[in-house]
Amino acid sequence: MSKVEIDELSGTDTTGHEWDGIKELDTPLPRWWLWTFYITIVWAIGYMIAYPAIPLVTTYTKGLLGYSSRAEVAGEIAAAKQAQNKFLEKMSSMSLEDIRSDQELFQFSVAGGKSAYLVNCVQCHGSGAQGAPGYPNLNDDDWIWGGSLEDIHTTLKHGVRHDADDDTRVSEMPAFGEGVLETPQIAATAQFVLKLSGQEHDATLAEQGVPIYAENCASCHGDEGKGDREQGAPNLTDAIWLYGGDGVSIAKQIAKPSHGVMPAWASRLDENTIKQLAVYIHSLGGGE
Amino acid sequence: MNVKPEIDRIDVEAVNSKEKRSLYAARVKVFPKRVSGTFRTLKWWVTALTLAVYYITPWLRWDRGDFAPDQAVLVDMANRRFYFFFIQIWPQEFYYIAGLLVMAGIGLFLVTSTVGRAWCGYACPQTVWVDFFLVIERWVEGDRNARIKLDTAAWTGDKIVKRISKHALWVLIAISTGGAWIFYFADAPTLMINLVTGKAPFVAYSTIAILTATTYIFAGFMREQVCTYMCPWPRVQGAMLDEDSLVVTYNDWRGEPRSRHRKKAIAAGQTTGDCVDCNACVAVCPMGIDIRDGNQLECITCALCIDACNGVMEKLGTPKSLISYTTLRDFNENASGRPTPTTWRSFIRPRTFIYIAFWAAIGFAMLFVLLNRDRMGINVLHDRNPIFVQLADGSIRNGYTVKILNMELRPRSFRIDLKGLEGATMVMAGSDVAPSRQISLDVPADKLRIIQVYVTASRAQMKGETTPFKLIATDIEGGETAVYDAAFKGPDK
Repeated sequence: MSKVEIDELSGTDTTGHEWDGIKELDTPLPRWWLWTFYITIVWAIGYMIAYPAIPLVTTYTKGLLGYSSRAEVAGEIAAAKQAQNKFLEKMSSMSLEDIRSDQELFQFSVAGGKSAYLVNCVQCHGSGAQGAPGYPNLNDDDWIWGGSLEDIHTTLKHGVRHDADDDTRVSEMPAFGEGVLETPQIAATAQFVLKLSGQEHDATLAEQGVPIYAENCASCHGDEGKGDREQGAPNLTDAIWLYGGDGVSIAKQIAKPSHGVMPAWASRLDENTIKQLAVYIHSLGGGE
Repeated sequence: MNVKPEIDRIDVEAVNSKEKRSLYAARVKVFPKRVSGTFRTLKWWVTALTLAVYYITPWLRWDRGDFAPDQAVLVDMANRRFYFFFIQIWPQEFYYIAGLLVMAGIGLFLVTSTVGRAWCGYACPQTVWVDFFLVIERWVEGDRNARIKLDTAAWTGDKIVKRISKHALWVLIAISTGGAWIFYFADAPTLMINLVTGKAPFVAYSTIAILTATTYIFAGFMREQVCTYMCPWPRVQGAMLDEDSLVVTYNDWRGEPRSRHRKKAIAAGQTTGDCVDCNACVAVCPMGIDIRDGNQLECITCALCIDACNGVMEKLGTPKSLISYTTLRDFNENASGRPTPTTWRSFIRPRTFIYIAFWAAIGFAMLFVLLNRDRMGINVLHDRNPIFVQLADGSIRNGYTVKILNMELRPRSFRIDLKGLEGATMVMAGSDVAPSRQISLDVPADKLRIIQVYVTASRAQMKGETTPFKLIATDIEGGETAVYDAAFKGPDK
């Protein structure tokens, strides 16, 4: 192509391409567009020099500014931690009761406790702290080991039946089905426990269960079945059952009880986090 | 016959006239000539007023007490508040801004349908800042002819000095323009100190940089191209104008046939119009068009050609208004020889009436809502996980996140009452007050307080799975109330 052909009608150069007599015009790019394009090229080169850009075999070009998104995140986390410090320092020397009555610290603890809860506790107690069979519901007002701030704090710190902790909360209901009581006796006791909690029951069997209960169960659960928090013996008269409140579940628990275990969090979480967790759990509505 | 004095013809081309408006040609510079007259004076006033409003507004103070900033007009992004003198707007009240924008839109329709593109010609920031930049340009480089000469001259010391001083002044104006903008978004005096001492946030500097660049480029270099190629409004306005709208018009029925050598033409027995073809109207046009070609997209109706032509007509002793604000109806009637003078009646027609009615209706509705708006609010969010909790005695408890808004600039005490769900009680999380049907709480000035509320009811009080009830927040002192229709959830019996 030696000579550029000019289109007669528009006066514009043609590219020399032709299809069935139709020739392609070589319309120039708008200059603003072209210059924007050049600027982006310059920008890209500058960017590659200033910022991490080219992946190498084991590393990458770091760029003159030394920017790293990872370091940026680390910096943000450090800044957030720094921001929490003034609250954490203040609460570390305060009693749980004082933390709760300080509106600012209360909000901080509920928020911090919630995030710690979502990492450490949801696996058993559920995302809404609603529990599951064998894992207590933390929203309600029934507490095996007590629902005051101190009680919750102790339970969190030392756990339940956590052998490695000397101060852990321990209660061990005997397996009455293994050589202590006969099956009919267990059935009768279960009917009596149903009666205690005001549920439908077989009156005759429940009557038979009275002496069996008095002899075997009252020492821990109390004469009226109200339970004993000192020993971790659940209240049998209320509407809340850890392992189910129907006759069969109760009989099963008498015969061969299940015993849940909760870790002692003192070895895993720092004191301030445990305090926040205690305030958070206490705020869920059942706190005493 | 009275022979009129000759007027020098200005050597000028309407560079943006229809024939010369090729999309692929480079822009030809426009060198608007200085002009004086009624409309130029009016434009100076509008320019001064709009610039003053823009630069001064952020510095006005307005006392709002201890709990709010004292800047009269402030868009507080960080705290999500908008202050306008005695009005304070929260983000959820943004509909006021939307309403103002609708009013501004209808206002533009109204103005355009009556007096044409008055917005473009007088008040548009592009016009105002181009005028501002042109003043500097004339002051440094001289009027039209001097500027043309300088533009084509070789790069002598004089030219360099002039160009540098012009651009330096332009940049100064651009910086102060971009700088003024950010004062609307923070306390102006504090920000000014921070800006000067280099302590202002990066976004302040970057905003200034961007707005400085756009001001400098738009007003210094792009000028009429912004109106012709970038702005959508000229396209929209075609639909707003009708035969009763005032537009800048060359009355060709009076001017034509134009004659440059009137004496000769008359001597030769030819008829001549009033136009002496002096090109004054073309020389002053900032858009680079010739108004005598008729109504054009480029025309922003700045009316400078009217001033220029009237000056010439005055000198010649011929009546003014050869170029004038004229409606198409008048123009046609005059052209067909049945002139009827334009009166104010041409402004009253169904179209303008409907615009005014809409505009006023929205304005009054907003004013009414503004004067009667709530300065508090209650918002209730039912806990979803768990939806309800059974308690030891068999009763059911529901949790709610309750948000109480105190939109006044002073701390207030509120009472929340439980209505419906007889026998139920409630308690605020973290509080040691015994459960009752009432909660009292303080909310700081201009703040939202979020509390967790637990409502407990026995199964007997519930009507099936969901029982409706109300939470009523009351300002203890003022008595203002807000009601929320909440729901109590329980097991399916």
